[in-house]
Amino acid sequence: MVKLCGHCGEQRAVLRRPKTFEQLCRECFYTALEAEVHETITAARLFRPGERVAVAASGGKDSTVLAHMLTTLNRRHGYGLDLFLLSIDEGISGYRDDSLETVKRNEAQYQIPLHVYSYKDLYGWTMDEIVSQIGTRSNCTFCGVFRRQALDRGAALVGADKIATGHNADDVAETVLLNIIRGDVPRLGRCANIITGEDSPLPRVKPFKYTYEKEIVMYAYFKRLDYFSTECIYAPFAARGFAREFVKDLEAARPRAIVDLIRSAEQFRVPGRSSSSNSSSGAKAVVLPQAGSCERCGYISSQPVCKACMLLEGLNKGLPRLGVTRTRKTHKAPAVGGPAAATAAQLAAAPAAAVDPAAADLVAPQAAGGVSTAAAPRPEPGMQRCRISSCLQAQTGAASVQQCGFCTSPQQPAVCCGSGACGGSALGSLEAGGAPEADPPAADHSAALAGPGSEGSFAYLQNKGAIASHPSARHAAQ
Amino acid sequence: MVKVRLEFSGGLDLLFGNQKAVEADIPQQSGHQLTVAEAMAWARDNLLTDRPELFMKGSSVRPGVLVLLNDTDWELCGELDALVADGDRVTFISTLHGG
Repeated sequence: MVKLCGHCGEQRAVLRRPKTFEQLCRECFYTALEAEVHETITAARLFRPGERVAVAASGGKDSTVLAHMLTTLNRRHGYGLDLFLLSIDEGISGYRDDSLETVKRNEAQYQIPLHVYSYKDLYGWTMDEIVSQIGTRSNCTFCGVFRRQALDRGAALVGADKIATGHNADDVAETVLLNIIRGDVPRLGRCANIITGEDSPLPRVKPFKYTYEKEIVMYAYFKRLDYFSTECIYAPFAARGFAREFVKDLEAARPRAIVDLIRSAEQFRVPGRSSSSNSSSGAKAVVLPQAGSCERCGYISSQPVCKACMLLEGLNKGLPRLGVTRTRKTHKAPAVGGPAAATAAQLAAAPAAAVDPAAADLVAPQAAGGVSTAAAPRPEPGMQRCRISSCLQAQTGAASVQQCGFCTSPQQPAVCCGSGACGGSALGSLEAGGAPEADPPAADHSAALAGPGSEGSFAYLQNKGAIASHPSARHAAQ
Repeated sequence: MVKVRLEFSGGLDLLFGNQKAVEADIPQQSGHQLTVAEAMAWARDNLLTDRPELFMKGSSVRPGVLVLLNDTDWELCGELDALVADGDRVTFISTLHGG
């Protein structure tokens, strides 16, 4: 029995839309879905003409369809967007290698440029190396924290105004449930927002927020889009586990459940600080964490040291559980105008530090314009940076000062960044194969750091100025 | 016997020994036409090499696995009861992988 399309009435229907139960043929389905995404984009004003938009591209179904859809709609409706693909290479052999090949083909298929940043470049470690240190229990923690920042840093390095991600309605519904289950009230209040980025330097938009996964996959299937569908080898089929399965069960019983979950979350109102004085109700107001910036890398963080720097410190010290377990006390808040405040200006004042010319372009004018987060004092004449490439400590004195007091400490060569001023310079000693106790003295340690790749290892520190001076960062810092 | 082309994608191919498509001869009960439910159960019992719980749940596909009969959403064809004839193509696509 052939059912005809409920819209055109001519072609054979090929699917039933989960949200509306409409039965549509291929062409009418494409038209309907594209119109719906266009409607989402315009109604929520996701983009403005002329914006440079990074499409976060993993090579998977959602990001592939997103890249296809955005290039199509950009052309069709004249959004005037400068689109490009942004991929993060976590360094997972056999998984990311193959998916990156897909993204490279997408670059040619959609005629938009591709930029790839690797964990190795940004943090000095690949996921394969991290897993070899920590095993496969907390590895997703590392990967998730690093990827979030990596997208922001990559996007800032190539001058993006925004990041578009392929999160679909099913993903958002899952996140809503997970935040309820975890009791994560602050996130619950914002996870269903179509524009996020309160805790990131760049705004993130979700054009597929109301688009069902089923329709994305059907669209990709019928259009024969080239996507990659192997699970990460370190988390096979485990992604978000039971919440994902539960959402699919709900959908099977009643497809609208997904969009209803999202609508519910949109209605949540999280009481903010302002209501904390009103204690007569007996209910304790939720104290939302205040956004500041990481004293090491400048990334937005509610803690003095951001999660990525904590994890990195653990890795670099050979104590990978650091930052994963919750036993550790948080660092003391830095004094205003302390070493961290000066760093953006220092980076600008030390052009040699910038590995990527694009980063230098971004950092220099903005820092020089005086818009960095903490109204950083300019380094005085005669000040220079510690020669350990990752250390942000400023030095007074002559050129003979090569390393800061922390980095030259012979007692603690592996933890020279105990001050919080250095982004993990114990890396060199680990790479040199020494256990932390048996580290070579500081001179060797710096030589190891100066080896190939060491500058790149800390590229993520280099665009700090660009990230810190982004409008959203300033807003968050206020 | 019914000659059916079974296709596995979206990661399901990994559960079927990395095969993306199988030309299968599926036995049918005499006097009855083959249904998608039977074809699915046959694939699980004869072709699946790994983790059956990722393919089926109870007597149907695991929620999140899409099924198409000759490139048409099985929801339009009667789902489990849809009839499969010689030369038909049944496609299973997992949506459960990351995006």
